[in-house]
Amino acid sequence: MTIIKRGLTALAAGALSTALAVPAFAEPVKFDFWFGLSGDLARVVDTMCKNFNESQKDYEVVCTSQGNYDATLQNTIAAFRAGKQPTVVQVYDVGTATMMLSGAYKPADKLMEENGYKIDYADYFPGIARYYATSKGEMLSFPFNSSTPLMYWNKDAFAKIGKTEAPKTWEDVGADLKALKDAGYECPMAINISANESWQLMEQFSALHNQPIATKNNGYDGLDARLEVNKTKFVQYVTDLKKWYDDGLVKIKSKDLGQDMVQAFATGTCQVILTSVGDHGTVGRTQKEGMNWDVAELPVYAGTTRMNSLVGGASLWVLSGKSDAEYKGAAAFLNFIHDPKTALFWSTNTGYIPVTKSGFDYMKSQGFYDKAPYKGREVAIASLTASEPNEITRGVRLGNFTQIRAEFGTQMQAIFANKVSVQEGLDTLVKNGDAILDRFQQTYPGKTLP
Amino acid sequence: MEKRVTFSRWTIGILFAVPQLLLIFTFFYWPAGQAVYWSLTLQQPWGGGNIWVGLDNFRSILSNADYWHSITASLVFAGISTGLAMFIALVLAALTDRQLAGSWLYRVVLIWPYGIAAPALALAFRFILAPEAGFMAVVNQVWPGFWDPGLDGTDAMTSIIIAFSWKYVGYNFIFFLAAFQAIPRSLIEAAAMDGSGVIRRFWDIQFPLITPTIFFLLVINITESFQDSFGIVDIMTAGGPANATNLMVYKIYSDGFKGLDYSGAAAQSIILMILIVALTVVQFRFIERRVHYR
Repeated sequence: MTIIKRGLTALAAGALSTALAVPAFAEPVKFDFWFGLSGDLARVVDTMCKNFNESQKDYEVVCTSQGNYDATLQNTIAAFRAGKQPTVVQVYDVGTATMMLSGAYKPADKLMEENGYKIDYADYFPGIARYYATSKGEMLSFPFNSSTPLMYWNKDAFAKIGKTEAPKTWEDVGADLKALKDAGYECPMAINISANESWQLMEQFSALHNQPIATKNNGYDGLDARLEVNKTKFVQYVTDLKKWYDDGLVKIKSKDLGQDMVQAFATGTCQVILTSVGDHGTVGRTQKEGMNWDVAELPVYAGTTRMNSLVGGASLWVLSGKSDAEYKGAAAFLNFIHDPKTALFWSTNTGYIPVTKSGFDYMKSQGFYDKAPYKGREVAIASLTASEPNEITRGVRLGNFTQIRAEFGTQMQAIFANKVSVQEGLDTLVKNGDAILDRFQQTYPGKTLP
Repeated sequence: MEKRVTFSRWTIGILFAVPQLLLIFTFFYWPAGQAVYWSLTLQQPWGGGNIWVGLDNFRSILSNADYWHSITASLVFAGISTGLAMFIALVLAALTDRQLAGSWLYRVVLIWPYGIAAPALALAFRFILAPEAGFMAVVNQVWPGFWDPGLDGTDAMTSIIIAFSWKYVGYNFIFFLAAFQAIPRSLIEAAAMDGSGVIRRFWDIQFPLITPTIFFLLVINITESFQDSFGIVDIMTAGGPANATNLMVYKIYSDGFKGLDYSGAAAQSIILMILIVALTVVQFRFIERRVHYR
């Protein structure tokens, strides 16, 4: 095989001009890409890598799944300290602050410019681009897999209480859940309260209601940002959720208890859930036969001007300390991923949304959103672009945010187990979260976020 | 003339010891030394630099109420699971040793659990103890709300204690059974001829004779309950709910690797090491006195 391949390369090179930058007889330049997806999603990434390798002959990307986002970051750090880091790595949204201070990356925008690729950064949905951009608007990494949360609702159950539309306000949700309960539904709405749900319950809620999570514009303007979720509308939200839980309108569903909320919704056990658009495909594949359901934007409290929701997912970082040839390959790879056709392939095979307007338009023109299994996913784009992101709704940039999310889970569990009141729990969340932020700031003395 | 078999030069002796010393240095002293160094500094995760902070890491950990809670939880876990695992294993081994019908079966079956990796075992117990799907779902149907490890810290702690004890019952059983079998039959038969019953023979003859084994298992079980609990906690509860099962070893992992706070985690592991050493010293100092070695 290699002989044939080499022969072909030689032929191709002979036919082309001798001014080629890449030596004609060389093997393709190999570089590593580490990512944090597993299972079905990892297979899609592998296919994408294969497509890239077959689309050209100069570079070969070696894609390796590290299992999950946490492990990817941990392994990359360990590899970096040992000088064996991959060229491209997928880092999840909340790892952005850590990456920006690491000094271990090559800015993506510079990389593309140096290698002669023109990327129209205005083409990215502003809600996505500004989440990952520096405070000055530079793109240090490339948005990759992106999602946003939606409300999944069971149309059959709502029909029983005479509703044909999803509730738009939390006040309506409260009334509808009560009606569902009265109509005999055991589990009107399912939530979970672990660290992971900080995303839809705290972060997205705050963005939609234009409420800050932390001072200094959610941390974008300095490492001395501190949490303030114990004095925003979020307190009201947790109070309502807790009350609904006490009234039996909201049930807690998690894998540890037997059934997670996506399964609970797909089997028809629970009638409303709040989860990522990324689960759209899973619900469709695993739903109870004949069940009618749809997705809607997350509700807001009455009288609130709806803001954009936040993007979740990960971006691609190019690490420092690699050769020019590897950087050329990385640039070609990022350019390949940026292509609208790759966006269509990626979104079709996963539940993720396209990150650029051109990708979205291309998918619309292909009729993607008209077909049954994918219909409804355009709601995610509507939610992301509900408003121009402002200083607060562009995202959250706090150090060690993974630990703050863990603290969110801990305090929510304490609140729901009646160990502390809502206000006490959120006060403790802020106190412990601030200690984490304080420690992060001390670890990087004299450094500032770019 | 004195005749001794010695090495002609001391260097040869050293040479023979070098491979072993190198191994110990590479895999114990070097990482342990590194951990001590990290615990006295603030490390940037990506290796961009560090600052010397002296004992600040220890001060901030020891002034944190969550950390003290974690120590308490670890001690409760160690105490109950060691007691449970050893008691059940002791009873089972004593019965097996009496050659009850079917004892050959227990002997084989009871050894298996120790061979199961902690995460696999935790997955199995997660299913068995799941309040909505597993065995406990039946109990919950009879008494709604009886079992809820998702929100009730005591239930969650009970789950991990059951899983851990189950694993170590098998391990302890092997040692107890070997100890019982090593007791000369003549002693027990003599006692039986003197008219002492089963319970009496157990307390006066068998129990004193197996105290070295009990002591050995006590040290091992307590040490392991601080370290081997990680896989079970990670799969079953992830430290929740509300930190109820956030044992010391799990907190080191989550602070260090998830939170990228390498210095704080290093300091915590030093404290854990000191605690285990202290517990072991106490056991040797006070409990070993009651052990009768033959």
